[in-house]
Parts: sequence; structure tokens; C-alpha cells
Amino acid sequence: MKKTGSQILLECLRLEGVETVFGYPGGTVINIYDDLMDSPINHILNRHEQAAVHAADAYARVTGEVGVAIATSGPGATNTVTGIATAYMDSIPMVIISGQVPTPLIGNDAFQEADMVGITRPVTKHNYLVRDVKDLARIIKQAFYIARTGRPGPVLVDLPKDVQMDSAIFEYPETVELRGYKPTVSANPRQLKKAVQMILAARKPVIYVGGGATLSDMSDDLLEFAELIQAPVTTTLMGMSSFPQTHPLSVGMLGMHGTFYANMAVTESDLLIALGARFDDRVTGKIATFAPHAKIIHVDIDPTSIKKNVRVDLPLVGMLQDVLFVIEKLRELTDDDAIVTTEVGQHQMWTAQFFDFIQPRTFVTSGGLGTMGFGLPAALGAQAAFPERQVIDISGDGSFQMNSQELATLVQYRLPVKIVILNNNFLGMVRQWQQLFFDKRYSQTCMELPIDFVKLAEAYGATGFSVSKPEEVEEMIRKGLETPGPVIMEFKVAREENVLPMVPAGAGLNEMVLV
Amino acid sequence: MKHTISVLVENEFGVLPRVSGLFSGRGFNIDSLSVAPTLDPTISRMTIVTSGDDRILEQVSKQLNKLIDVIKVIDFTEQDYVEREMVMVKVAAEAESRAEVLRIVDIFRAKVVDVTPRSYTVEATGTPEKLNALVELLRPLGLKELVRSGPIVLGRGAKAWKSAE
Ligand SMILES: Cc1ncc(C[n+]2csc(CCOP(=O)(O)OP(=O)(O)O)c2C)c(N)n1
Repeated sequence: MKKTGSQILLECLRLEGVETVFGYPGGTVINIYDDLMDSPINHILNRHEQAAVHAADAYARVTGEVGVAIATSGPGATNTVTGIATAYMDSIPMVIISGQVPTPLIGNDAFQEADMVGITRPVTKHNYLVRDVKDLARIIKQAFYIARTGRPGPVLVDLPKDVQMDSAIFEYPETVELRGYKPTVSANPRQLKKAVQMILAARKPVIYVGGGATLSDMSDDLLEFAELIQAPVTTTLMGMSSFPQTHPLSVGMLGMHGTFYANMAVTESDLLIALGARFDDRVTGKIATFAPHAKIIHVDIDPTSIKKNVRVDLPLVGMLQDVLFVIEKLRELTDDDAIVTTEVGQHQMWTAQFFDFIQPRTFVTSGGLGTMGFGLPAALGAQAAFPERQVIDISGDGSFQMNSQELATLVQYRLPVKIVILNNNFLGMVRQWQQLFFDKRYSQTCMELPIDFVKLAEAYGATGFSVSKPEEVEEMIRKGLETPGPVIMEFKVAREENVLPMVPAGAGLNEMVLV
Repeated sequence: MKHTISVLVENEFGVLPRVSGLFSGRGFNIDSLSVAPTLDPTISRMTIVTSGDDRILEQVSKQLNKLIDVIKVIDFTEQDYVEREMVMVKVAAEAESRAEVLRIVDIFRAKVVDVTPRSYTVEATGTPEKLNALVELLRPLGLKELVRSGPIVLGRGAKAWKSAE
């Protein structure tokens, strides 16, 4: 039997096992939205296309499935770009469906036309413009296959309105034929043997774990490996939840805002075993002094990551009293499997430093692109995937306001996300740089206008609490976590707190600023 | 350092910008590029000449391999290969210089493919170095317009790349 393009699309999604999609309607996807009413697939209407993509991204991060988002052509589609780039930098499997003007109008500067294949080329793993409904099923099959295999990543399918309306006989291909794409690689046995010898010979090995460890679900193997060779484990922001941060071998995060002991362990080690990590400049600091005594074993699924960029306990308390307290209390009062998302800024680094993640896929943050406005829609996506688990967005007052419209989505779908705002009334992370490196010239980082976040929550039909005294923190966290539905918990924290220790940009890991 | 790379790609729309985007995204210039279908018409072969830091070029070539539409990348930097390029050049040729043009054409085993009372259009093939030499000899006579195809290359020997590989 013949089906229309939009029916074929939804049927393909169903066959791929997609249960929930995120999106926002418009003229060139109206056929898809019409057919959605007859499809078993759930749709969540976000309040901004960027948020829809972040939500689908986090849905993928917490479930390991491919996240799906839909947007209309033109402004809807261009609104997705930050979301796509965020997912691309963190290698998240996603399929984004963008509407497009009808094929005869493409290239004519038609109403709401944007060249999405051109715009997203550098931030997608692959993308497609579908020009014939007969190709649609094959393309969707390929899109999912490409998104989830090898080094995962987002794939965009640009779908013109006339292709959605045209009909074809529907047949979902069973296999994918892509002669230019060979995603599975297994290690060369000779190299493996060499690696084993290097590990046996090493006296001070350190394991350095990136986001690839989370993506490949290898946390159990990692634990076994670390215990076997008794090596300290340091993680990047992206790798954090793949090794229990409470384990005696864990030395925490490395890099610019890493722990003193992680950075020293790396600096002193004679063998660095990098697993699914890419030696980002925020991790290595100055390359010349990064792990200067160490041989490096680099395990990564993506050959382009390799050779791209490289060749005790010091107590951190004392500063940061109040934020430390809030985050420690949160850890204490939340479940082990609670999912925590963050925005970008000081609160993100504090979360990484002080919240001990125990289970894999419980820490969702924009590591590669550093996208403010990610955390709230990400929490939404995670909660949609796991309605029964605690989901918490730890946010700053600046980032929160970049996608605060998603409060409406949370309330509408009864997604009980708890939002923690560490309110310093500053774009804190930038202010910190200005304080340390620009002579305290606070140019445009003070949020002059204090926002009443309690009233804001109430305006959307959510609940809001606010405290400014440390002794009230614990009680408010309890109350906030117990309150049904979405809740904002605002903590007014010291305004000029810094994330320390820190390695100044461009310096070596052995040159940390401690106080 | 100069690098010559052959890239075998799906013969489809949209592939060229993916390939060229990898170069431009890193601030690399493509010195020349030629593309046409291969024995298998569903595959096109690009010959790209570029120059730059070896480490970055190794990255570019790995990235090329990663593109879904790229079937094979052959880097000729460490291989023996034959290389040919074509040039067409319009030279001013009036009175006394007409004979000089023809003499140069003869020496380079080039051809005159279009004639007017005031100009010759000369066609030649050879290595890029040979074509440079030809152009330099013609230059003093007055070059009006010039077009080069960019080199194409094949590995030496009986071994060949086949799409079924
Ligand atoms: C979309 C976007 N714009 C700008 C930045 C640059 N930036 C990084 S951190 C930061 C400040 C964040 O402030 P806030 O959310 O209040 O968090 P805090 O650092 O105060 O905890 C800014 C502006 C960014 N990462 N993302």
C-alpha cells in the first residue's frame, strides 16, 4: 500500500523504536504533525526549537537511544543549530528532521527557506536533503544507522514539504548499504600486546577517562581494569559519571578546573591511559608540560582523535563554603540514580567538583560546546525518558534565563524537574576571569536586575522557593525535592565566589592557581 | 609541503562542499581540484593538490576518510605516480611574434587550437613544471588569458584501485 512521505517518516521512526520526539510545528512540517495525531509516538512541544534539540540530546544521553527532534523550515530550523552543534561536540546520537520548502522552490529565497544542509554540514556527522519520496525510507534507515554507530553524532534530514505529501510504496530496508562508511574497528592484536607490556612496565600509571567511556557503556569494564592495575582514575567532564567518584581510586576531574591531585597525578605519571578522551585544551592546559614524563596509550573509536592534540590531597574547602554546602547537601538528599544536568559556568564546575556521581549516564552537561541554556531542556528530556527518577538541573541565574521558557513545557507535561539556581547575580564564570585576568574590570557581567525566580515559577504554574541563609539550605532542599511537579530552588550565594583551583588558560597543569 | 590526494566519492549532489569544507574549515587552501566520474559511473574521482603542515594534512586525510560519501582516500605523498595537467593559453600573436609563438609550441609539443589575426590559443599537457616553463616562455609575448585543469594523477605500476575492494 502507498503511504505519504510524512506517514513513511513516522512509520520509520516507529520501526526504529522511537517512543518520544521533541519538536515545534510550522508550515513545512504541518503534514508530519497531522499524521502524528494518528501515530503511537509521543511528542513533546517545547517552547523553542533549540530546547527541543537539547531535550532530545539529553534523552539520548540518559537512555543510550537515538534522540529525535522536529522543526519547521527557516527560523525553526536555524534555531536548532546550537542544539545540533552541542550534540555534535559531545558525540550524541540524534536524528533531526527539519521541514524544507517544496523542492521546486528550493534556491529561490522562498518564504522560510534556509539551506539547512549547508548550514549544518560542519556540525553534523552527516546530513541529507530528501528530493524524492522513494528515497525517504532508505535515508531514515541510514540516518539512524549513522547516528548510532562508530563515533555517534547528530544526523539532519531536511525534508521538503512536497516530499512529505507525495506517496510511495512503503518498504523499510532491512540492511544499510554505505560503501564509504565502515564504523566498526577492532584493535590490532599487535598493538594490544604492546599496550599490555607498557602497562606492566609502568610504575605510575594513570587512567584518563573521557565521554567515550560513557557512550560505549563501559563503566563496569573500567572499574575492573582500574582495580586490576590499581591505577588512579581521572575523568573529564564528559567522562565523570562513568567511574564512581566515591571510589578510592577516583582522583576526580582533571584540567582547568580539575582537582589538584588529578592534575599532579597526570603531571607525575609515567603512563597515561586515555580512554575515549580527546585531549581537549581545557584538559591539557599547555601541551608542552602536559604529562611530561608519561608515555601515552590512547584508545578511541575515532582515528581523527588520535594524535590530534598531544603528543597529597589538598583540601579545596575553605573557599566556596556556601555553594559547596548546597551541592553536598543535594548529593546527600538525592537518590544514587538521580540525573543531574547543568548549564555552563561556575555552577557547572562546582557540580563537577563537589557532586559525587556514582552511576553511569547520570551527569548530563555540555562539555564540548559549553552551551548556556542547555541544562533546563536537557533535564526535561531526561525526565521524559525516566519519569520516575529524580532529575535536577543545576543552573546559574544567567544560563537559566537562556531557555527559561521551558518551564511551560515542564508544567504542561507534568515533568517534575527540580531546578537549582545558584544565584550570584553575575555571569559568574566570565566575572571570575575578569577578576583574575582583567584587573576586576567587570564589563557587562553584572545582571543589574534581580529576578524574582519564585514569582517566575508561579507564573508558569510551577513552585518556587528561595533562601539566602546557609542554615535554611537543607530544609529547602528537602522541601523542594518533596514538592510534586517542577520546582525552582533559588540559593542566593556569595556574589564573587570563584571556581578554584584553576589552571589559567594556556598554562600547564602544574601551574594551578590554588587560592 | 605539497600534497596530492585522490579522493573517490559517491557521484552525488552535495559531496563536493563536504570535501572542500574540510579544507576551508581549517584555513587550508586547495591549490587545485579536478573531478570526473570513474570507470564505475556511480563513483567520482577527485584529485586535490594542497600544501601545508604534514600533521594537519594527516588530520585532513583522516577526516576525509570519515565522510560518509568518501569511499577511498589515496595520498600520493609517499608513492610513485604519474601526473599530468592541461593548459590552454591565449597569446597575443601579431606580425613579428607569430613565428616565435609557433617555435615555442613546437619545442613543447603543444598545439594551436584556435587562430585569429591577433592571437593564438595554445593547448599543452604535461607535468605542472613543464607547463610552468611553457607559460613563462610565452609570457613576454603577451598573455591574454590562461586556464589550467589542475593535475590528475595515477599510481605507477600494474596495481589499480577497484571499487569492489
Ligand atoms: C550561549 C553562550 N553564551 C555565552 C557563553 C559564555 N559564558 C560561559 S560561562 C558564562 C556565565 C554563566 O553565568 P551563569 O549562568 O549565571 O552561571 P555562573 O557562572 O554565575 O555560575 C558565559 C556568559 C556560553 N558559554 N554560552
